[in-house]
Amino acid sequence: MALVEMRGIERTYKMGDNVVAALRGVDLTIEAGTSVAVMGTSGSGKSTLMNVMGCLDQPTAGSYHLQGRDVSRLSRAELAEVRGKMIGFVFQSFNLLSRTSALENVELPLIYQGIPARERHRRALAAIEQVGLGGRADHHPSQLSGGQQQRVAIARALVGDAPIIMADEPTGNLDTRTAHEVMGILRGLVGQGKTVILVTHEADIAAHASRVVTLRDGLIIDDRQQTPVVVEVAA
Amino acid sequence: MSLLTTLSLAWRALWRSWVRSLLTMLGIVFGIGAVIAMVASGQGAQQSVREVFQSLGTNVLIITNGAGPSFGASGGAGSRQSLTWTDLSRLSSGEISSIRWVAPVLQTRTQISSEESNWNTSVLGSTADWFRIRNWTAERGVVFDEDTGRSTAKIAILGQTVVKQLFPSSDPIGQTVRIQGQPYEVVGVLTSKGQGPMGDNDDTVIIPVGTHRQKLEKGVANYIRGQILVSMTSDELAESTMAAITANLRDWHKLADADEDDFRIRNPAEFAKAQQQSTERIATLLALVAAVSLFVGGIGVMNIMLVSVIERTREIGIRMAVGARPGDVMTQFLVESMSLALLGGVLGLALGALAAKYMAGYFGWKMFFPATTAAVAFLVSGGVGVVFGLYPAIRASRLDPITALRYES
Repeated sequence: MALVEMRGIERTYKMGDNVVAALRGVDLTIEAGTSVAVMGTSGSGKSTLMNVMGCLDQPTAGSYHLQGRDVSRLSRAELAEVRGKMIGFVFQSFNLLSRTSALENVELPLIYQGIPARERHRRALAAIEQVGLGGRADHHPSQLSGGQQQRVAIARALVGDAPIIMADEPTGNLDTRTAHEVMGILRGLVGQGKTVILVTHEADIAAHASRVVTLRDGLIIDDRQQTPVVVEVAA
Repeated sequence: MSLLTTLSLAWRALWRSWVRSLLTMLGIVFGIGAVIAMVASGQGAQQSVREVFQSLGTNVLIITNGAGPSFGASGGAGSRQSLTWTDLSRLSSGEISSIRWVAPVLQTRTQISSEESNWNTSVLGSTADWFRIRNWTAERGVVFDEDTGRSTAKIAILGQTVVKQLFPSSDPIGQTVRIQGQPYEVVGVLTSKGQGPMGDNDDTVIIPVGTHRQKLEKGVANYIRGQILVSMTSDELAESTMAAITANLRDWHKLADADEDDFRIRNPAEFAKAQQQSTERIATLLALVAAVSLFVGGIGVMNIMLVSVIERTREIGIRMAVGARPGDVMTQFLVESMSLALLGGVLGLALGALAAKYMAGYFGWKMFFPATTAAVAFLVSGGVGVVFGLYPAIRASRLDPITALRYES
């Protein structure tokens, strides 16, 4: 059983009288423990695909099975639960809560899973250690660099033990060096059994994945395996 | 999401913009404050009415000397000597059937002393009926009977406050007090009536009316330099009794039809009722203020919560992305608006208590803090928070996570 199984996924939007099709029948299967880069230009439908795959949105037609469960026809509350358990998001703009410590940001997903405070605390600290930010747990996002903020976001994606890490242009706001550090962390996660799905338009970011799926006009036009680039270990 | 976590989230969000929170609360603060002040004043007024009854006895009329013209200028109530001792005995004769007891009250404020101490108090001269009218009995010793009350015996009955001042360490019964130099034997001590609308009820000494006339007024004039207390068989007969007394007194005083009354009859119950009515008017006004403030306060809460939802659109998006259900988001905002309103309610309770205290001081009531009302008001403020917070909370919960995440503030 594949982790992600999409069959004939369509997503259309109504814009006034026009119906715009963002996805026009996407079939995609992703096995657990792999890394996949979803590429495409602006308007190709890659963001819509990520939203549907991340259970932030529902397909207009088609079926989507996540770890065997049909998640294409769920209520908003059920979708939220699936997101909490199955998917950790990493966004281009970090999307951390300001005026809230790194630790509390990382704890956030656990709050909605009803995990007691002590346990939340312990797990959040462990996740922060894992991304190499131990000692900065009480810093607020404004006191952290972009790279550090993105690490906090990765820790937040990890803390709930979700099998999928979905990263939407995770390095878009970072300089090249920091970008490669962040990619190093994400690749490390694949080694630990996570499935990392990268949405990007940058070829050198996609080069970190073992598979590249390219979209154009709401359809997959290319899907190939590759050998990820070698990550230089930061000095 | 546990209740504690939700609460701490709400408090932190409110505290983050505490000035705004405080300003938002004001409507509710004044609303709840007005409710508390209203109920407290109502209870205070009722209590003061009860005290009037208690200290004067029920079904009592007070007849005083009227305002006499002295060279064209009115001298004010009591300035004219018109009530006579003959009036008193005629009133006591049973001619007016609704009259139960009649007692004269002569009052002098003077210094009195014992072996141990001295004290300035009001010395009343009256008869046995006075104790019946005021429903006042002796705690120790006796009160006057028909004979001693009318006599010129130099005996005195003391109120508790006077006992405390003059006999702090000994039993006053059988001892001597000096009133204007004359020795009086203490034959009784009254039970305590505590504070009344006219001050301390227990700060008084009663001597026989005959003695008062002879020793304190130095003479036995025909006129009563004081009041006549009349007690009626029933409160409902007040109107007819007053009319009968008026007719009789006018007749006995040989007043012509055109003449004004040369006496006044007051009904303390009427006075108390009038006072109660005026406080009821205040209460109605306060209730109106409360309703309007609570409504406006509620709108204020709704407004600020709507602003807050918009400002925190991205936060809502983040929370939803990491697994917050629409219900979680709704609860978060509801708890926030409820906390805001409840905090306003608590401040309102404090404000109301202050207002009640001030009013109690101003009107001479006892201070009341209506605990039940406070509890209800607290719940009402919470209810305002929920009702007016519902719409913003629903709006927050209906946000689309994708749009919310993209929102640029």
